[in-house]
Amino acid sequence: MTDTLTPVLSAQWGAEKSWTLDAYTATGGYEAVGTALKLTPAQVTDMVKDSGLRGRGGAGFPTGMKWSFVPKDNPNPTYLVVNADESEPGTCKDMPLLLASPHILVEGMIIASYAINCHTAFVYIRGEVLHVIRRMQQAVAQAYAAGYLGKNIKGSGYDLDIIVHAGAGAYICGEETALLDSLEGRRGQPRLRPPFPAVAGLYASPTVINNVESIASVPSIVKNGSSWFGSMGTEKSKGMTIYSLSGHVNRPGQFEAPLGITLRQLLDLSGGVRSGHQLKFWTPGGSSTPILTGEHLDVPLDYEGMAGAGSMLGTKALQVFDETTSVVRTTLRWIEFYKHESCGKCTPCREGNWWLVQLLKKFEAGEAVDGDVDKLLDICDDIGGKSFCALADGAVACVTSAVRHFRGEFEAGYKTPAWELFPYGASALFPVSEKVGAHA
Amino acid sequence: MSGHEFQSFFPDSGEVDMTDTSTSIDEATMAELRDLAGRYPQARSALLPMLHLVQSVDGRISPAGIEACADVLGISTAQVSGVATFYTMYRRRPGGKHHVGVCTTALCAVMGGDTLLEKVSAKLGIEPDETTADGTFSLERIECNAACDFAPVMMVNWEFMDNMTPAKADKLIDDLAAGKDVSSTRGAKITSWREAERVLAGFTDGRADEGPSAGEASLLGKSIADANGWAAPKPEDAK
Amino acid sequence: MSVVTKADQVATVDTIAVTIDGIEVQVPKGTLAIRAAEMIGIAIPRFCDHPLLDPVGACRQCLVEVPDMGNGRGMPKPQASCTLEVAPGMQIRTQLTSPVAAKSQKGMLEFLLINHPLDCPICDKGGECPLQNQALANGGGESRYEGVKRTFPKPVPISAQILLDRERCVLCARCTRFSEQISGDPFIALVERGALQQVGMYADHPYDSYFSGNVVQICPVGALTSAAYRFQSRPFDLVSTETTCEHCAGGCHLRSDQRHFQVKRRLAAEAPEVNEEWNCDKGRFAFVSARGEDRITRPLIREDGVLRIASWPEAIDAAVAGLAAAGSSAGVLTGGRLTLEDAYGYSKFARAVLGTNSIDFRSRPAGADEAAFLAARVAGRTVGQDVTYADLEKAGHVVLVGFEPEDESPLVFLRLRKGVRKSNLLVTAIAAFATTGTEKLNATLVATAPGGEAEALAGLELAPGNVILVGERAALAAGALAAAADLADASGARLAWVPRRAGDRGAVEAGCLPGLLPGGRPLADATARVDVASAWELESLPAAAGLEATAMLAAAATGELKALVVAGIEPSDFADAAAVRAGLEEAGFVVALENRLSEVTERADVVFPVALIEEHAGTFLNWEHRAGRVNTVIRQANAPMTDLRVLAALADGLGKPLGIRTAKQALAEIVELGTWDAPVTKAKPTRKAAAKKAAKPAKVADGEVAVKLSTWRQLIDGGRGQDGEEFMAATARDSVARVSPALAAQLGVADGDELSVNCNAGWYTLPVVITPGMAEGTVWVPTNSPGTPLGELGVVFGDDVALSVGGEE
Repeated sequence: MTDTLTPVLSAQWGAEKSWTLDAYTATGGYEAVGTALKLTPAQVTDMVKDSGLRGRGGAGFPTGMKWSFVPKDNPNPTYLVVNADESEPGTCKDMPLLLASPHILVEGMIIASYAINCHTAFVYIRGEVLHVIRRMQQAVAQAYAAGYLGKNIKGSGYDLDIIVHAGAGAYICGEETALLDSLEGRRGQPRLRPPFPAVAGLYASPTVINNVESIASVPSIVKNGSSWFGSMGTEKSKGMTIYSLSGHVNRPGQFEAPLGITLRQLLDLSGGVRSGHQLKFWTPGGSSTPILTGEHLDVPLDYEGMAGAGSMLGTKALQVFDETTSVVRTTLRWIEFYKHESCGKCTPCREGNWWLVQLLKKFEAGEAVDGDVDKLLDICDDIGGKSFCALADGAVACVTSAVRHFRGEFEAGYKTPAWELFPYGASALFPVSEKVGAHA
Repeated sequence: MSGHEFQSFFPDSGEVDMTDTSTSIDEATMAELRDLAGRYPQARSALLPMLHLVQSVDGRISPAGIEACADVLGISTAQVSGVATFYTMYRRRPGGKHHVGVCTTALCAVMGGDTLLEKVSAKLGIEPDETTADGTFSLERIECNAACDFAPVMMVNWEFMDNMTPAKADKLIDDLAAGKDVSSTRGAKITSWREAERVLAGFTDGRADEGPSAGEASLLGKSIADANGWAAPKPEDAK
Repeated sequence: MSVVTKADQVATVDTIAVTIDGIEVQVPKGTLAIRAAEMIGIAIPRFCDHPLLDPVGACRQCLVEVPDMGNGRGMPKPQASCTLEVAPGMQIRTQLTSPVAAKSQKGMLEFLLINHPLDCPICDKGGECPLQNQALANGGGESRYEGVKRTFPKPVPISAQILLDRERCVLCARCTRFSEQISGDPFIALVERGALQQVGMYADHPYDSYFSGNVVQICPVGALTSAAYRFQSRPFDLVSTETTCEHCAGGCHLRSDQRHFQVKRRLAAEAPEVNEEWNCDKGRFAFVSARGEDRITRPLIREDGVLRIASWPEAIDAAVAGLAAAGSSAGVLTGGRLTLEDAYGYSKFARAVLGTNSIDFRSRPAGADEAAFLAARVAGRTVGQDVTYADLEKAGHVVLVGFEPEDESPLVFLRLRKGVRKSNLLVTAIAAFATTGTEKLNATLVATAPGGEAEALAGLELAPGNVILVGERAALAAGALAAAADLADASGARLAWVPRRAGDRGAVEAGCLPGLLPGGRPLADATARVDVASAWELESLPAAAGLEATAMLAAAATGELKALVVAGIEPSDFADAAAVRAGLEEAGFVVALENRLSEVTERADVVFPVALIEEHAGTFLNWEHRAGRVNTVIRQANAPMTDLRVLAALADGLGKPLGIRTAKQALAEIVELGTWDAPVTKAKPTRKAAAKKAAKPAKVADGEVAVKLSTWRQLIDGGRGQDGEEFMAATARDSVARVSPALAAQLGVADGDELSVNCNAGWYTLPVVITPGMAEGTVWVPTNSPGTPLGELGVVFGDDVALSVGGEE
């Protein structure tokens, strides 16, 4: 039986100057590179496959399998691209990881690149996190200076360059093909698949795109073995992962635990829902994962558990809202987010979110009319599953799950403004102005 | 509401501000743009960093900046314009010395972000997407900035300002306006938006070692584990 | 002239069986579901899909349900049929049988309409609008949308020729994909994002593309309109006729729309073998020349030195009298505007009625060995014997000699670009500098000063199946045509001549050259003469060699030649405009057949009005030798006669009936006559330097630099056929003088400085564009841009000119 919390990626976050090469190597950092470079690339890939590591960016695709899709006979170079465009509302795990332990990602990238025969790798970091980018730039520079990057890494004959690339503000670039277009200096709009990135990705060359946390997990697997990794977690959701608890809780924060922990356990550890209040609803993995309620407190937070509860594990971004919160208000805000971030390429997402925002504003203002809930759901039906990429599906999920659990609150929007039913000041952490309170 | 109401035009959409043709792009900037283009296997990959550099020089995406990028990369100005208008970090009008962002995505909004935005806006006397007359501040209503465990969140020049309250925001603005030293809660001493843009372009400023390794919330799980003696299994126990 | 399809050219394709709405259909592997449905007559609505553009899947209008991917499993979500490749055994349900597909499509239409202005009554597209049609056929009767509509200031001119109404746009990106993928002119792009996404441009760089009109045609809504046609007509008031473009030898099929006996607009018609579904802006927009005040509608005769209106009988009598007096001492200049049938009429008129072999269609600089080349390599062929558009795509390697496709044959350019994008085609350009066209073809430039073409060709290695394309200018480069022929023969590569004007290829076939009888028959061959004479029911044909165009004009000037019969020519198109004018002025008797007043009619003794192209029926042979039908677009009782009818009337008056008076009769005779099938003695053009017309090296004064002149006509230029189309004219490329950096340094000029190109007859001053990689010792200027026609200077491609800095001395 493993411990309740199992810090691996986050183990050194509190260390003195944890972000430096010296701090990292002082605790065994880069040892896994030495181990991996003595294996064949196929052996490294098998190791990651055997570990059961699944993508930590939301989709949960087995990481080792993704690597093995790279064709061996393609004449073009292979690229590794790390997706550090962390922008999903509620998601806040990769940024603290890179801020505190950027070298763990560099080490993971070296091993992953070696496994897929890649000699140029990229980290695509959203642009709005200056200090994270600074730390990553410095870590890569230090790794070059120490001979972990560049030509003939540690005498192995293996060469690798890493390019740290800052985005410029676009949630859609977290979608892997949009990220590739963005990294090619284009508008970040998703690409048609097939061809899949493994065959024709960056510069139409074989490309593996992995989330920060997925790649950062690799050194520990190489160091400690696949079975070590698999000894944590549940049968199909193996290993440790970072859960991010935020919102109306007494102590928000990051918790690294084996997959399968429950929200109840995490709340117990962190002092529970905001004192004097009760849980109303929560997201398991960001705003694109259907919201859940108190009845789901004991469902394991793993891929299967969340799917069974009608939601998704997503990015394990647990946003907790208490009973003071208007679900109509949060839904509107999320849809405003999706409208703002829709890339515009396809009709249902571009036009649908534009429409949903206007309709939801009527609900919030108590100006919706009888039948508007069904209209809202029907518009969602016309969007969901019909868009070019999953962005609009995420948008629809937050509306439909909110209506599923709180239909009455939406119907109240036929008569009463949300701010009257749920005075907004009650949800804030500090006294709010009259204007916001009354939402005049 | 009966029938269709027509929303006013979007007169500013479609391109950057072509009426302001001023620029500070010089031969040194051009050399740096070419340097960026040379860092990638294919030059066009440098376009986003190059546009960050244009902002650091001209304080906005200037027509001259668009032309310079098109020239260096051998693509059309329309293509550069398409990219420059797609990403929200690229500004059409000059940004302030300090660019202040207030998160109002659902979670931050509910926890007080709406009030913060309103108060900052009132204090600065500008609406989001505007710049104060003296050029010190520009304001933006930002979407989720990946710091939800520190909500409500503000950003100054894309540095984290965690766990904000109206009082903290008030002091932050006053200190910045007074030119006092202000440090990010999880970052470096605040410099300026343009200097930040230069780092984003890929020209480092040597400030990576400033600030803490992590915020309190980031360390919560680790500290609870330590207190309970919890840890990942030892490799030898995991057979 | 029929399409030859050889059985062995039809590749066998792997087909697979799929079931659409319960109907099984065999389709080639890789077929998109939306096309497979078309094959059995099921139309799935769509906006972004276009068969010639890369699939994008953006509008989502074409969603279908896939209950079985062919492996027993269904797809969980509806699929965009425009991006879905069918798989063996796949089951597809369209809106006809799937409630899911039907609701998806209905929902999508509702989304597209929520921000649409619904201004169909004032929209040019209304009546032929896919969005309107879809909304009527499948849309909801009422919108559930009660919010605010997204509106923009309107319209935005994206070029002088094209206007954009953004709020009508459905963001299908057909226009931006066309500009990027097909023509390679990405001066429009999607800008902004999300609900504000729109088609945009960069204000200082308008969408000046030679192909910009195509975006208007493929726009599935009324977002893109042309300045020329905007608010001119409703589609349902137009009468449409398919025809063939008269502007170049590309042979584009067009749809010409007329109302009230006026052509209102022209569109590219579908012709997969030729122009696919595209055309160039000249072919689309330049159709108003000669339709104005200067049009000739009644015959004119010169009396006391002044032209006056005359009756038809009076004019015919006058012309007959003049021509009868001249006898066989006459020459015929036909120009490049004639249909095959009209050209044949002139050829027969010259030889059978006037009794002369002095006939030449080349109203332009002509090379010494060109006629021999045309006889040996071009005349008497049929389509399929030589290179076709489709062959270009798959040629592997195409070499361009004296030929700038984007300017001189735009659809050849598009087809080459398609080959480069889709079929790994390599292009090599033997030219003075790398043009934008060369760049868009990703071509290798062999930087060559005029005159160096033969040497450049000799340095190339080609393989069987490769193609050499020579343009009309190649004839002016010493030995270039011979070198091209040699290279083709030695390597097994194929050779094609791409002339510039629509009538050129037909003129060769009709025998509008002194040494060539119809069907590629050599005049010098007695059998050939007998062949034609017997077909024409004559005892014999004149055997004496005729004069070429320039020689005819020179002979007319000296009185050696007593009469000229002239179709549409312009003096400044020739190598030496002054010599042409002198010839016309001094000629004893000039008969002109023209559409509009011109420098020729000013100097003619009798002028006959002839029908415009839209009042014509006939045939244009394009560069492939392919026949394109010219159909009568406008039928008016009082329309002028065709060239052919006027010639027949003159022949009757001369007592030697022409035997043909309609295009149909002429074509029947051409077909009956057939092509020359005697063993072709490959009379190779000589390799010796083309004997120049009186060599006239420019005097090089102090401070001047002697260089070779490279030049060609830009697509949109000062040509009279483009007169009156101001919007298009505003999109023309700048008129500039190009020199290499080294030459610029020698001259001491910078970009934009004034540079004078001098020769004995005068000079032109143009702004300089310094062009890296350009051949040394060379200047390039456009041949016929407004105000600077080179014919007026009397210099041609390859001549020596002198450069000096600054304007007039």
